Amino acid sequence: MSLETHAAAHHPSLAHHFENLEEQREAATLGMWCFLVTEVLFFGGLFLTYTLYRAWYPDAFAAASHEMLIWAGTINTVVLITSSLTMALAVHAAQTGNRRTLIGFLVATMVLGVAFLGIKAFEYRTGFLEGHFPGPGFRFEAKYFQHAQIFFSLYYLMTALHAVHMIIGLGIMGVMLWMSWRGTINADYYNPIEISGLYWHFVDIVWIFLFPLLYLIGRHA
Amino acid sequence: MSDTHIASRSLYFKIFGILMVCTYLTVQMAFVDLGPFNTVVALGIAVFKATIVVLFFMHVWHSSRMTWAVVLGSLFWLGILLVVTLTDYVTRAWQTFG
Repeated sequence: MSLETHAAAHHPSLAHHFENLEEQREAATLGMWCFLVTEVLFFGGLFLTYTLYRAWYPDAFAAASHEMLIWAGTINTVVLITSSLTMALAVHAAQTGNRRTLIGFLVATMVLGVAFLGIKAFEYRTGFLEGHFPGPGFRFEAKYFQHAQIFFSLYYLMTALHAVHMIIGLGIMGVMLWMSWRGTINADYYNPIEISGLYWHFVDIVWIFLFPLLYLIGRHA
Repeated sequence: MSDTHIASRSLYFKIFGILMVCTYLTVQMAFVDLGPFNTVVALGIAVFKATIVVLFFMHVWHSSRMTWAVVLGSLFWLGILLVVTLTDYVTRAWQTFG
């Protein structure tokens, strides 16, 4: 009996170990940021590797980078930034308790995420067909044959790791869609949408750095 | 300090517009031969884009000092990773680098 009275005094979305919703929200945000710090260092190691090899073999990297489909990379950049906008608007809709708008923007974010992966898959297919995949079937001008493979190894590793993050992001958005559909999300309790947004924007930021480094260097040569 | 602040939708659209202009600029600049400054321009634009995403899309601008500390901490540790490693590689006199 006393337990029920105790529970009734609380907001249904407030976990009992938090004083209030504001404290709970702060903890959720901080927790997600701590995770993102580990992600920064995770990708940071790969960006460092890229920097070192590019400094060693600048000509081979420029030549290999020239083979990237710049239009596909540009479209994907636009698609991903637009998905960040729809994500930010989804958070806004959650904060203002607008369930229909929230669901709409979550779906839009997911559609753009799938479009990004589709274009990426097309690029991978083109790369395989042209023999730009490191290994026994690799084809490239003889002068850079060896070192261009390092560029393509890093290209496939970094973009695939990014794509895995996108796929996980789509899974998270699916859960957010379910929670929003069920009405769990409201103007008092929108932490899940907020911190999923932090993750989605982070993945966008990784691409903001991958795009110039992989597609744009050596383009002017 | 960390009172719930709801950013306006017009702010999001403005940030989106700036990001689009930056994307256009970085692609255009890639076709202009600036020598070593192509990399500087490309990375400068990328850092600017990332910064406004973090500050406004990710709401750090209006977040608590604790969140600021964690965000800046990530840059600090990333800086250690990059700078300390590069001080080794760029000072190896027996091989050319960069």
